[in-house]
Amino acid sequence: MSAAAPTAGLDEAHGPPLLKVTGLTVKLPVDGTRRAVLRDVSLELRPGEALGLVGESGSGKSMTARAIDRLLPPGAQVDGMITFDGQNVGALSGAQLRAYRLQVAMVFQDPRAHVNPVRRIGDFMTEALRTNRDLPADEARHRAITVLGQVGIEDGDRRLRQYPHELSGGMLQRVMIAAALLTGPRLLLADEPTTALDVITQSEMVAILDDLRRDYGLAMLFITHDLELAAAICDRTAVMYAGQIVEVRSSARLHDDPLHPYTAALAAARPDIAMTVGRLRAIPGRPLSAFEAPTGECAFAPRCAHVQDACRSTPPPLIGLAGGLSRCIRAHELRGRLEAAGA
Amino acid sequence: MTTPATDAWPAQRRGRRAAMLRAIGPLGIVSAVVIVVAIIAAVAGGWFAPDNPDLPNLSLSFVGSTAGHLLGYDFEGRDVLSRLLAGAQSSMLGPIAVVCMSMAGGTLLALVAAWRRGITDTVISSCLDILFAFPGILLAVLAAAVFGAGLWAAAIALSVAYTPYVARVLRGAALKERSLPYVAALEVQGASGTAICRSHIVPNVLPLIVAQATTMIGYAMVDLAAISFLGLGVQPPTPNWGVMIFENEVGIPQGYPLPALAAGTCIVLVVVAFNVLGERLFTYAQAVRR
Amino acid sequence: MLIRFLLRRLVTLAASLLIASFVIFAALYLAPGSPLAALSGGRTLPPASIRVLEARYHLNDSFPVQYWDWLRGALHGDLGVSIVLRENVSALIASRIWTTAGLVLYAAILIVLLGIGLGIVAGLRPGLLDTSTLVLTAVAAAIPAFVAAIMLILAFAVQLRWFPVLGNGTGFLDNVRHFTLPAVALAVSSLAIVARVTRAAVREEQGRDHVQTAISRGIPVRRVILRHVLRNAAIPVTTIAGVTVASLIALAAVVEVAFSLNGLGAYLVASAQDKDLAVVQGISLVLVAAFVVVNLIVDLLYAVLDPRVAAGGRAR
Repeated sequence: MSAAAPTAGLDEAHGPPLLKVTGLTVKLPVDGTRRAVLRDVSLELRPGEALGLVGESGSGKSMTARAIDRLLPPGAQVDGMITFDGQNVGALSGAQLRAYRLQVAMVFQDPRAHVNPVRRIGDFMTEALRTNRDLPADEARHRAITVLGQVGIEDGDRRLRQYPHELSGGMLQRVMIAAALLTGPRLLLADEPTTALDVITQSEMVAILDDLRRDYGLAMLFITHDLELAAAICDRTAVMYAGQIVEVRSSARLHDDPLHPYTAALAAARPDIAMTVGRLRAIPGRPLSAFEAPTGECAFAPRCAHVQDACRSTPPPLIGLAGGLSRCIRAHELRGRLEAAGA
Repeated sequence: MTTPATDAWPAQRRGRRAAMLRAIGPLGIVSAVVIVVAIIAAVAGGWFAPDNPDLPNLSLSFVGSTAGHLLGYDFEGRDVLSRLLAGAQSSMLGPIAVVCMSMAGGTLLALVAAWRRGITDTVISSCLDILFAFPGILLAVLAAAVFGAGLWAAAIALSVAYTPYVARVLRGAALKERSLPYVAALEVQGASGTAICRSHIVPNVLPLIVAQATTMIGYAMVDLAAISFLGLGVQPPTPNWGVMIFENEVGIPQGYPLPALAAGTCIVLVVVAFNVLGERLFTYAQAVRR
Repeated sequence: MLIRFLLRRLVTLAASLLIASFVIFAALYLAPGSPLAALSGGRTLPPASIRVLEARYHLNDSFPVQYWDWLRGALHGDLGVSIVLRENVSALIASRIWTTAGLVLYAAILIVLLGIGLGIVAGLRPGLLDTSTLVLTAVAAAIPAFVAAIMLILAFAVQLRWFPVLGNGTGFLDNVRHFTLPAVALAVSSLAIVARVTRAAVREEQGRDHVQTAISRGIPVRRVILRHVLRNAAIPVTTIAGVTVASLIALAAVVEVAFSLNGLGAYLVASAQDKDLAVVQGISLVLVAAFVVVNLIVDLLYAVLDPRVAAGGRAR
């Protein structure tokens, strides 16, 4: 259970939280048995705020976004509470659920798999508007062209008539972002939106997301495995490991003053373009999913360079510290020393 | 230095076998048993037959089920059960021959087309496209008209008609396999096309080949039985399940359905078994590729 | 784009047809013995008949010339003369073609409506209906048309006496009654296969990522199923339905024989047995042409349904 409120780590208050996740635990049926993929995840987003969610594969970051958007696979068992604007998201159904979905937009990782290949781009973009807001087709198209311009696609009219296979991956992802913005959402869930793209397109896409977020005043949950990327556009960053949140910190201080050994190891593992090293630093072992991690102790203990016996006896709670949160019982004493130590 | 897929570590091989059994499932095992029984009947059915399958005795024509003869007698007074057992041979042999021939031809063409690519591939694919225009039964009827009715004419015609289907599936799989990096690595090392196909590509598409072959035996059985039913395949009085339906169809409106139905049931049972097993093997083959 | 794709398919299929016609014609020469013997089916003929045959089939000309003559004749509707009935083959075909066409159409309607319908329902609703569909179709798919034929004859015509057993019947409604059992027999196994493939396609589409996207945008489930799941599943379903209907063309022969229908298939088989080669060639040509046309229609449908194809892929 969290020992500190998830609001810790905010340097300013923007008002009441838009999205509040409390104690989210998700179990999925895998090969017949229910396995935990998320354990007691809590986070908060204020309106207009950007929170980065960082972790390796299996950490549960995508699953968190899906849980928020009610896109979990059938058979999933969800415990805990997700509220949006005060409403219990889990209790929504029918028209209310659809209204919720108009306010929360998700941008997915692989645009080619996530856009229907047999329908035109115009159809894809305007479908939600025409169905849910009953907008006439011309007006919907007009709006789509405007938003396409904002993501950097100029000949929107022509693009709307094309099919997805006629566009490049980068372009398709811009379309996906534009489509997400069309319904005027208040929260954007970006699930590794740039992972499937090349580096140059990546930076363009991130810049677009950042600009649009500020223009529209959107709250954003930016999911990535790249710590630096998250720090670049998010006010705060949360780090996940084995289905749990292990650190929440303002992005500016995350790199220089990490509060959890895993964060420090992640940051240290990234090769620095300005430096030459004899050997690349890697974290020993491999990232675990929530159901693979040991339960009676700290999930990161098997791979941690600072592990002690106390770490193995009980699962550590989230502790508030220096304006952030950390799930390490040695956080206080390790503060300041985490960056120097590493693999 | 190079390890073909079949040379995997023993643990991996055991794991694969377990995975295959899991994919096949209990239903698949039952199908396999049915197939084995049919094969035994095909090989040794004549010996197990309680009565002489060939000797007509018109006084017993269409007599129904009796104590020693559970399935009764056919239109010429022969014991149906014995005839079914004796007929298993030609009923199974034909389809197996068809599948062997079409798989051999189709696989060869597919491998050549996939390996050489370019013009060879285009030529072979175009030829196969043309073969697609001939339904199997039509080709068999044509062959019967030209060469006279008989099992071999029909079997060869069917194999020719099936070859493009085999080739298409295998060409796709072989092309995918060929584009994998390890093949390029082997080529760079100087291995010849034939060697690479033989030791690497074929073993890796082998599950697909087996699955395809199993399903095709089912189709071949149906088609061959249909041709025999039309009187253009196996000729009476040779025992054969399709022929038995042909011979005994007259009994149905007269109220003696048993011989024809028994033969039909045998066909359906064995074909279902092949289809089910083939389908499961296909799932396994695709899972292995992933 | 679409036009170019269609033209390409048309050319390929025309080439198939041409080569098929060549093979059919060459059958005359593959037969053991001389072409004359093949044409006459091994019967001995008076010299006058022999001369007529030689003139009609240009048997003294070179092979390519004969082929060209035959082909030209075929395109004009002249397919030779039946040795057995001594009438023009084209007339003999024309009188029987509607039987076969009607039968195939009836069976095709059953396959498309029932097979696809069943597959969609089973695919969308997991549970008892789905499992029972799977089992039923597994068995039905293995029942060859002629076995289904005898089972149906036994059940409905002899025991229950609902439908007539043999023959064409007279008048449209009577025809439908007479054709029902044969159409069902013809359709049974194909229906099962189409149902299975449809179910699998629907299931697979439901799990696709783009369906998730649509749901995440708040689009009502019903609309998602119609416009994204079913619409996309239509692609493999059209392919299998098309292939199955095309195969009906040849399979119809078996059912026609079983039910004593006076169709092209039954006539083809009888001619093969009688070694009436001209008839066999003529009917083969017609059937292959029909097969090719059906495939062309399927390719067209496929290209309309899947815009990626026209861009440069092949239909298959």
